[in-house]
Parts: sequence; C-alpha cells; structure tokens
Amino acid sequence: MNWFLSNWELVLELTLNHIRLSIIPIIIGFVIAVPLGRLAITGRTARGIIITSTSLLYTIPSLPLFVILPAILGTKVLSDINLIVALSIYAVAIMVRAASDSFASVSPDVKQASLAMGYSRWQQFWKVEFPLAGPVLLAGMRVVSVSTIALVSVGVLIGSENLGYLFTNGKQRGILEEVGTGIIASLLIALVFDLILVLLGRILLPWSRSDKKSQSASAALQLQIKAADAA
Amino acid sequence: MIEFRSVSKRFPDGTLAVDDFSLLIPSRRITVFVGSSGSGKTTLLRMINRMVDPTAGQVVIDDTDVSGSDPVQLRRSIGYVMQNGGLLPHRRIVDNVATVPLLRGTSKAEARARALELLDTVGLDRSLANKYLSQLSGGQQQRVGVARALAADPNILLMDEPFGAVDPIVRVELQNELKRLQRDLDKTVVFVTHDIDEAFTLGDQVVVFKTGGIVAQVGTPAEILARPADDFVASFIGADRGQRRLHLEPRDPSSGQILVVDDTGRPAGLIDGDPRSSDDVPVDVRVS
Repeated sequence: MNWFLSNWELVLELTLNHIRLSIIPIIIGFVIAVPLGRLAITGRTARGIIITSTSLLYTIPSLPLFVILPAILGTKVLSDINLIVALSIYAVAIMVRAASDSFASVSPDVKQASLAMGYSRWQQFWKVEFPLAGPVLLAGMRVVSVSTIALVSVGVLIGSENLGYLFTNGKQRGILEEVGTGIIASLLIALVFDLILVLLGRILLPWSRSDKKSQSASAALQLQIKAADAA
Repeated sequence: MIEFRSVSKRFPDGTLAVDDFSLLIPSRRITVFVGSSGSGKTTLLRMINRMVDPTAGQVVIDDTDVSGSDPVQLRRSIGYVMQNGGLLPHRRIVDNVATVPLLRGTSKAEARARALELLDTVGLDRSLANKYLSQLSGGQQQRVGVARALAADPNILLMDEPFGAVDPIVRVELQNELKRLQRDLDKTVVFVTHDIDEAFTLGDQVVVFKTGGIVAQVGTPAEILARPADDFVASFIGADRGQRRLHLEPRDPSSGQILVVDDTGRPAGLIDGDPRSSDDVPVDVRVS
C-alpha cells in the first residue's frame, strides 16, 4: 500500500492515459469494421476477401508493427499515433468478423418487409439492419474492449506512457506492489469499460432484453408444462 | 384497378417464374392467387409494388404503368402484409404500426395517434402499444402486420400468405376479420395463399395457378367449384377426393336439423330446415 500511496499521482496519470489510448482504437475499430462487416455479407467473394484479409491483420506481431509504423506513417518513433494505429488495426481484425456475423443475423424476412414498407436502402441500413445487428455488435465490442486495454500496455516498449510502465519499471526495480497496482488498474479499466458497454446496450437496445425475458419466460412455461405432463 | 399485361419474369438463373400472364384485378374486391409453391403467385404479387420487376410486359395500376414510378414512393402507397409479419423487433408495436406514415413525413404524434386507432380497428387492445414484438402471440403479430399495412390508408393491400403461420382457429378468426375490414374500408386486396379453402373463404375472385405462373382458372369460388376448368383444378380444389361431395342424412326428425356428410362419411355440418321436406332436398349437393 505504501508504494501506491506515495505514487498515486503517477498511477492516476498513467491510468487516464491508458484509458485515452484504449478508447480511441476501440472507436476507430468500430467505425471501420461496421461498413466492412456490412460489405462482407453482400456476397461470397466479398466475404472471403474481407474476412480473410482482416483476420490476417491479427497475425502481425505487435512489436514489429510498432517499429514499422513510423516508417509507413511518417510519424515520430515515440508518437502515440503509432500505438493508436496499431491497436486500431487489431480492433478492426477482431471486429470485422463480429460485424459481419451481426449483419448476417438480421432476419431476411424483416429486411424484405422493411423494403416492402418503403424504406430506402439507406434508411433500411440505419433504421433496421444497424439496430438489429446491435446485440451481436455489442458482444464483439466487449471482446475488442478487453483485448485493446490489455494490448495498450505493450506500447510501453515504444515509449508510450501507460499502465504498462508499472509492469516494466516494477520488474526492473523489483517492486511487486508496483506491478500489482498496474494489473489491478488495467483490470478495473477493463471492468468499467465492459460495464459501460453493457449499460449502453441496455439503453440503446431495450428490445433485446424483453426478447430474452420472453424467451426465458417461455422456457419456464415449457418446464411447467413438462412437469405437469410428468405429474 | 390493377392490370397485368402479358407479364413474364425470368430470373437471372434462367428459371421462368411467370410466362405471359394477363389479368384484371377489380377495385374494392378481394382477389386471391392460389397455387402450390413455385407457381409464381408471390412473384406476381411483388410486381405490384415493384419488389420484383417483370422482364417483359407491364403492370398497370389505375392506368399508370408502375415501371414509371419510384419504387420507394410506390411501396409507401401500397399496404403489404407478409407471412411471419416481418415486423421490426426493435420498435414498439405502436411504432411498427406507424412505420409508413412516419416514412411519409407525418408528425410522430399524429402517426402514433392514428396507430392507436388502427389497433382498435384490427381488434387489438391498446395496452399492447408499448410492447415489443416478442411479447405478442403469433395471431396478435399478424393483426399488427395488418394494422401496419393499413396505416397510410392505402387503396391497395397486398397480402403474401399472411395467415400461414398461425393455428387454424386463429386463422379463421383473422380471415373473418379481414373480410369485415375489407367491407368496412373498401380496399382492393390481393391475397396469396396455397390453401384452397382460404381462397374460397376470402376471394371475390380466385385465380388458380399451375406451376410456372400459368393460370388454370379464374372465377368466383362458386364458378370454380361448380365447373372446374380441367382435371388440375378439379384435383386442386379437392372435387375428385370426396370432401366436396356432400349428401344429406336426416337425423332426429324432431330437431328439424339435417346432417351433411361428405363422401368419406365425415360429418361436414348441419342444415336447418323443415324435416318433413327433407325428402325433397337433392341427395347430392356441392358446397359453394
């Protein structure tokens, strides 16, 4: 506790920076992955190309990527932009498949009906497909969120200031409490992000909850019926 | 009035779904397309609101060729009900019903007020308005589907096997409801089904399809039942199987009722009448 009490200002600063470095790639990943995921369900060829190429992105090892990016982007070696771009690439790699699955999960009947009602293609996407893809998109975002928060700490190796600093510094100086603080702080960030995402889901997708409720209600009903049959 | 003029549809894979189809659909009547799957009846229905465009021929509504109209605007002016409702699971019932008026730019308050009235019209309780689709039964969902199709007060109502997925008792209820609605609201209804009994129950005009969009017979249910055009129609309506051949069996003279029995011996119904004159009733009658 001593180490934490005398260094809490550093921990707070690193935590805030860690949050900033996580949020940006998560959002960029989402914004890029959603249109790609939608494009992937337009045809088998499109799906093959998009899913395969984005999945391959995830196989790029992170350290070499951090090193190469300044050369490609023309950024300074120590710039946070390198880290943000790299993490966005990983976020896209995870999210595109989830996004494509989410759009594939929208019932063709509902899409057909919305066209028959007189939605234009654009309205159909924004008002029907996108909201209905919501639950699966949300599940994908929860994975991306955890993965990004964990990956940010690797950025410390290219000079980024985040909670990863507590791991390297604590290890070098043999302060276990410092490493522990870093772990707990990243866990807390991951937990809070996840809670926020779940809350967002509750607020933005109220219908998917009532869906589950009725599903469990009907399951309970069937159990009752079975019990009654048995009796 | 809706008119099909020598309409054909060949899909990109080469199948000919409809071949040189012509038909007049009278206004303010229920016209039923009936046929087994693959008969092109749904394809024809979807040509009316341009969900499908014909590869040859014209579809004309009140002397206007639909190919000249913007598909999105056209669809907003025509009611559409499909099997499984096709309702939006993420919108409340009231917003589902208000869909088309909202698309047409009606204010939200006005569209919702109208949607609530429509729930009354289709026999749904207003307490359902704020629920989601998953909280409703299949029959209720179909009623919402009908209410949604009526919301913009269209002249034409297209119904694609709307009652196919509900149980027989609810189906009969919905059929009766539809007939009442049609009488009250005076819509031109085009109804697709594969169930000949449903076709005879609802149709002012019934079109019987063979595979490939070929019309086997057009007429009123009575005409088709009395004079099937060919063996196909006779077999399709079941005239050759005995369910349609009914005869009378006088029962319990004091009750004044006569039992109607089909060829298989299954009781089909009762006729109220004077038991003394039952001998004069033709022994063999057909349902119409």
